[in-house]
Amino acid sequence: MASNKKYWQSVEELKENSSIVETLRNNEFVEEIPTDEFLGDKETLSSSSTSRRDFLKYVGFSTAAASLAACEGPVIKSIPYVVQPEEIIPGVADYYATTVADGFDFANILVKTREGRPIKVENNNLPGSKIKPNARVYASVLSLYDSMRLKEPMVQGKPASWEEVDAKVKAGLAKAASSGGQVVLLTNTMASPSTDKIIAEFGARYSNFKHVVYDAVSASEALDAFETVYGERALADYDFSKADVIVSVGADFLGDWQGGGCDTGYAEGRIPKNGKMSKHIQIESNMSLSGANADKRIPMTVTEQKYALVTLYNAVMGMSVSVPAFTNKEAVAKAAQQLKSAGSKGVLVSGLDDVNAQLLVLAINNALQSEAFNPAGARLVRKGDAKAVAQLVQDMKAGTVDTLIMSGVNPVYTLPNSADFVDGLKKVKFSVAFSMKEDETASLTTIAAAAPHYLESWGDVSMAKGYYSITQPTIRPLFKTRQLQDSLLLWSGNPQSYYDYLKASHNSEGTGKTWNQMVHDGVHRDEAATAVATAAPADFGGAASRLAGAKKAGDLELVLYTKVGMGDGQQANNPWLQEFPDPITRVSWDNYVTVSKADAERLDLENYNVANGGMNGSIVTLEVNGKKLENVPVIVQPGQAKGTVGLSLGYGRTAAMKEEMKVGVNAYTLYNNFNSLQSVKLTKTSGDHEFACVQLHKTLMGRGDIIKETTLTEFNDKDASVWNEVPVVSLDHKEVPATSVDLWTSFDRTTGHHFNLSIDLNACTGCGACVIACHAENNVPVVGKSEVRRSRDMHWLRIDRYYSSEDTFAGDVELKESASGLLDSISTFDQMEDPAENPQVAFQPVFCQHCNHAPCETVCPVAATSHSRQGQNHMAYNRCVGTRYCANNCPYKVRRFNWFLYNKNEEFDYHMNDDLGRMVLNPDVNVRSRGVMEKCSLCIQMTQATILTAKREGRPVRKDEFYTACTEACGSGAMVFGDINNEEDTVVKLKEDERMYHLLEHIGTKPNVFYQVKVRNT
Amino acid sequence: MKKVGNHTSFSRILLFCLAFSLSFSFTSFAQDTAAAAPADVAAPDAGAGDPAKGKELFNSLCAACHKLDARATGPALRGVADRQDRAWLYKWIKNSSEVIKSGDPYAVKLFAEYNNSVMTAFPQLSDKDIDDILAYTSQPKADVPPPPSGDVAASGAGSDNGVNNTLVLGALVLVLLVLIVMLILVNKTLRKVAEANGIDVAENEPSVSLWKAYAKNQFLVLVTVILLLLSSSYFLYGYLMQIGVDKGYEPIQPIHFSHKIHAGENGVDCKYCHSSARVSKHSGIPSLNVCMNCHKNIAEFQGSKDSTYVDYSKEFYTAEIQKLYDAVGWDKTTQSYTGKQKPVKWVRIHNLPDFVYFNHSQHVSVAGIECQKCHGPVETFEIMKQDAPLTMGWCINCHRETNVKVEGNEYYEKIHDELAKKYGVVKLTAANMGGTECGKCHY
Repeated sequence: MASNKKYWQSVEELKENSSIVETLRNNEFVEEIPTDEFLGDKETLSSSSTSRRDFLKYVGFSTAAASLAACEGPVIKSIPYVVQPEEIIPGVADYYATTVADGFDFANILVKTREGRPIKVENNNLPGSKIKPNARVYASVLSLYDSMRLKEPMVQGKPASWEEVDAKVKAGLAKAASSGGQVVLLTNTMASPSTDKIIAEFGARYSNFKHVVYDAVSASEALDAFETVYGERALADYDFSKADVIVSVGADFLGDWQGGGCDTGYAEGRIPKNGKMSKHIQIESNMSLSGANADKRIPMTVTEQKYALVTLYNAVMGMSVSVPAFTNKEAVAKAAQQLKSAGSKGVLVSGLDDVNAQLLVLAINNALQSEAFNPAGARLVRKGDAKAVAQLVQDMKAGTVDTLIMSGVNPVYTLPNSADFVDGLKKVKFSVAFSMKEDETASLTTIAAAAPHYLESWGDVSMAKGYYSITQPTIRPLFKTRQLQDSLLLWSGNPQSYYDYLKASHNSEGTGKTWNQMVHDGVHRDEAATAVATAAPADFGGAASRLAGAKKAGDLELVLYTKVGMGDGQQANNPWLQEFPDPITRVSWDNYVTVSKADAERLDLENYNVANGGMNGSIVTLEVNGKKLENVPVIVQPGQAKGTVGLSLGYGRTAAMKEEMKVGVNAYTLYNNFNSLQSVKLTKTSGDHEFACVQLHKTLMGRGDIIKETTLTEFNDKDASVWNEVPVVSLDHKEVPATSVDLWTSFDRTTGHHFNLSIDLNACTGCGACVIACHAENNVPVVGKSEVRRSRDMHWLRIDRYYSSEDTFAGDVELKESASGLLDSISTFDQMEDPAENPQVAFQPVFCQHCNHAPCETVCPVAATSHSRQGQNHMAYNRCVGTRYCANNCPYKVRRFNWFLYNKNEEFDYHMNDDLGRMVLNPDVNVRSRGVMEKCSLCIQMTQATILTAKREGRPVRKDEFYTACTEACGSGAMVFGDINNEEDTVVKLKEDERMYHLLEHIGTKPNVFYQVKVRNT
Repeated sequence: MKKVGNHTSFSRILLFCLAFSLSFSFTSFAQDTAAAAPADVAAPDAGAGDPAKGKELFNSLCAACHKLDARATGPALRGVADRQDRAWLYKWIKNSSEVIKSGDPYAVKLFAEYNNSVMTAFPQLSDKDIDDILAYTSQPKADVPPPPSGDVAASGAGSDNGVNNTLVLGALVLVLLVLIVMLILVNKTLRKVAEANGIDVAENEPSVSLWKAYAKNQFLVLVTVILLLLSSSYFLYGYLMQIGVDKGYEPIQPIHFSHKIHAGENGVDCKYCHSSARVSKHSGIPSLNVCMNCHKNIAEFQGSKDSTYVDYSKEFYTAEIQKLYDAVGWDKTTQSYTGKQKPVKWVRIHNLPDFVYFNHSQHVSVAGIECQKCHGPVETFEIMKQDAPLTMGWCINCHRETNVKVEGNEYYEKIHDELAKKYGVVKLTAANMGGTECGKCHY
């Protein structure tokens, strides 16, 4: 088409007689390309022995060589054992029962080993198991293969042998003994009866010996309260399955509160049975896992929580301690009424770091005669004494500590006054730190004693009274390490090895089991051992009035907490945990200060999304007691109580860490007096922080076909079609249920196995253990912060978190449906995007739904993904050419693409890039290469293994014998896997349950994964 | 992959020919000694013994700990009858512990020398039986050079035929060449004759050369090009498809292990050594302690001279056994482990890519498939090699053709009946059971 229009590329062209235009007419570039710089050095060029022809020869040769080499396979060596251990058959997994006790996490587990190397943690389901593993415990197997571990003992920073170390320590101790100097053993909570004995024996040799127990994240106040009432330094145990009304004041009991592990019992009571389920009221300031699961969540500042506790005390005990006015008083009063009327079926817990608050909790539960409250079977997993630690630091500074032996602690990193500790350490004559890493503390001590990982150690643990469990090694020590117990025995002149000592100690424990049986089971429960705990009278009234007299900490309260992924920060160098998205904020690779929306507006803080989908946030400086913490990114957290901000501990580590893992800020520096409550000042600084966040902070916007939710009353009173509506579609101009319409002909799936997986949204607490278990089982790669930010995370299983814009999800639906007309809709939707100040939260694990009519299968040009008769959607990696059509066509967005080669690649320096880290890989699952799509396989390697075992034993598959990594890891029983063609399997009943629904049912994909409607007891 | 083992070179053929021609003289020699042997046996004074019977008894009762010519758990027994008197031997064999208890100095010395290991008592043996055994052990050591085996002779003959064929062909070529030369000569002579007679030999018309004519014919060019393209793509395809297919891969192993001797001649069950094939995905290369179960007592190769399974010399095989001892740290002379171990780095022959999951126990234990079905006649392999292509087509074919073994396996009871009804067949193949689904092998 001809046109007279003048096109121009730059404004310069519009000028007449412009010299630039003139030049451009003849040349592409305005200025001469500086080739002279490159070619000008004629001398170098001519003196070079490599001519152009040589260059071409090299290119030709290397191309030919490379293509020839590609046709030749490598020679693979196969080296059998010289003497094969009896229990090892190459290709067959062995399981060992053991126990984790790292001072923060305690759990009874099974360890799966292949060819002698541990590759996965699983549940130990034998009776006598006390605490089930959480996400960190599932990830701990990778920490065994941490390449930054301390590989041999170090004396003053130089590698040494154990003999040298022993000689030095013995000399040091002898000097201390003769001079009468103070010998201090500083450890974490070990809860180990035999270790306690060893320490006592060791200490008896010195006139001036002290054993200080230090928990990085303190439970000291709760311990003090329990000690006052029950005369023992322990914590009350709770069984939430026995409670109908649960009131929690600042206790994240589904997280790490007092050692964790409460979710199993809690989830049991949350599944509606016979029209009943427990009611959970959470009073808290940060949005925690417990708050997200609560039926009623009341956001409050910590000071107000104290008042609330006194209000509860008044109501339940019939007291009238005067309480200052506070917001939400009516809601608390209502909760108090519900708690009181529940009587023995009610329970109260609190996470307030205040001895008075903890005393009131004991008083209230005793008054209620709560069945869930169990002081007799007290927990022994926290023993730390904040006062003793503070005293120790003082002593050290005063120079009265002669010898300091540390184990399992990293005070230089975890102490708020770590500078004082470092000063003191310089005055200590002789210091030893047992550590797996040359961490912040071990690098400053005289001797850094290389300690083994728990998977290389012996031990015994008593997590609660009447519970006894054994830690056994599952692999030979990888490095020249020796555990504390062995060393203490040696240094006290006891020729016994710790193994022998432990064995003898077990025999005196009176479990009634032989040693072999005990090691096999790993756990033992002695119900008779739990004596009745008698409460001593204490000044509860005084405690209540002291609590009511609590003054507001300041304008803004900082509430320190631990994240589900990182805990106290011991495993900060574990890439699985770093990449694990926080269940609430969905942010990985970071910690941050959570701010309420109101406070954010006041302080001009914001979160916003940039073009590539990544989230950015403002940066602030925190100031506590004059101590500053700089460069803290901000997350505006829906549900955060106004006047409070939250910050998680465990980040900001620098010593013995890979460069990529040095993320976040160290919140321990603000953890003054071991109190999670601090008064803080926030100052905005310039710049933005780039988050690696996998889900936006928006709401579900009333899309009830994703998360279906109802209330208990509706669930009980109304027909399922009301609260679990089957979507309708138009067929021949008639509305029919979507399930009855089919674009495709269905296969007959009544023969053989047909796998289905049920997820109960009521029982799912969002803890994320399944995510890590899936990582471990399926060799899912870690991609790093910048890739996660680009939405290239590889998690096969994600746990979506949804907020509501109204107070409830039902409110959202109502609002959405009431919007009429286009304009109204637009403004309504705008308004709905924003989560409410106190939104309801729902978690939903999503992974490949294994659709019987899978949209991904029809679009694959090379048939790399196809359907099996067993209901699994197969993915043949070797066939995949990486068009990514399948991911585009997947309505659930569960397919993950390998944008890069994530193993043996320097760019992704995580565990798959070193020989040690690769030892954790599951040999039964392929490690994917660049350019292929991957996704959940419903653990086909596990289902096939189960089938093969049955075939080999010549029997049908047993009831509930099938399982996957995620259903195995699900401590709350929310995930159930099975064969729907086997009438006995639990999953069959769940499939017929009236709560059952499929995700996005109206699109007719007929998934083999289904969900159970969430019921809230409002 | 390095392919080794195509030893059929010219030198080998020559060797065979040589061996073949020499064999005649050796066989006659062997016949001589065989004839002489009975005469020797008759000679010993304890004429009562029957060495043939004795050999039988020796092999069933004594051979576990004793050898004729070498020290094993117990001493070498050739000529033992000359070392001790017969009455002592009767007593000793029937109950050695009693002899030792009685304080007999020779017995005590012997006992101490052999690590205080008690010899099994054989009260069931009569004096006659012992005489038989002693007759056998008293036979002089037959020192016979290894005769060439019939197999070698046969292959030698085969290669002879090959030589004949080439000779015939060569002769034919020669004859043809002579014919051509003769024709040319005849032509020349005739031409000369014609010229001499003044006959004008018609010159060929200056016609267009064949090549040019061809080049002008576009149709022909097109056909040729198409043919060339087709054939080259055929060969290219063939070449590309064999990349990574290592059928016949026969690497040199650190220890020359002969399946022919172990599985073939000695009939050792495959799963005795590859025991994990029954329960694991891997068939497993046996650990060296499994080798030592037998080789503790088999320190040297004792293959019979006239057998078909011997490809190398006796010394060669014995040296290979010594390699095993070096690896496992076994001292032959003291009959004890030294503790110095050197794991053997075998070259893996059957290599499946990482993206394939294969489970031996499924095939061996559940399906009851013979190892030979995939690994070929291993019992005839002197050097182990890959017999099957191990391609996906090969796997799938078998899954399509093979019926599932359901007898006596309750797992299949219900599934089989239902599926058989569905597919309208009496017996289900592995493919009917879902054995060709991608995810069954790729995950």
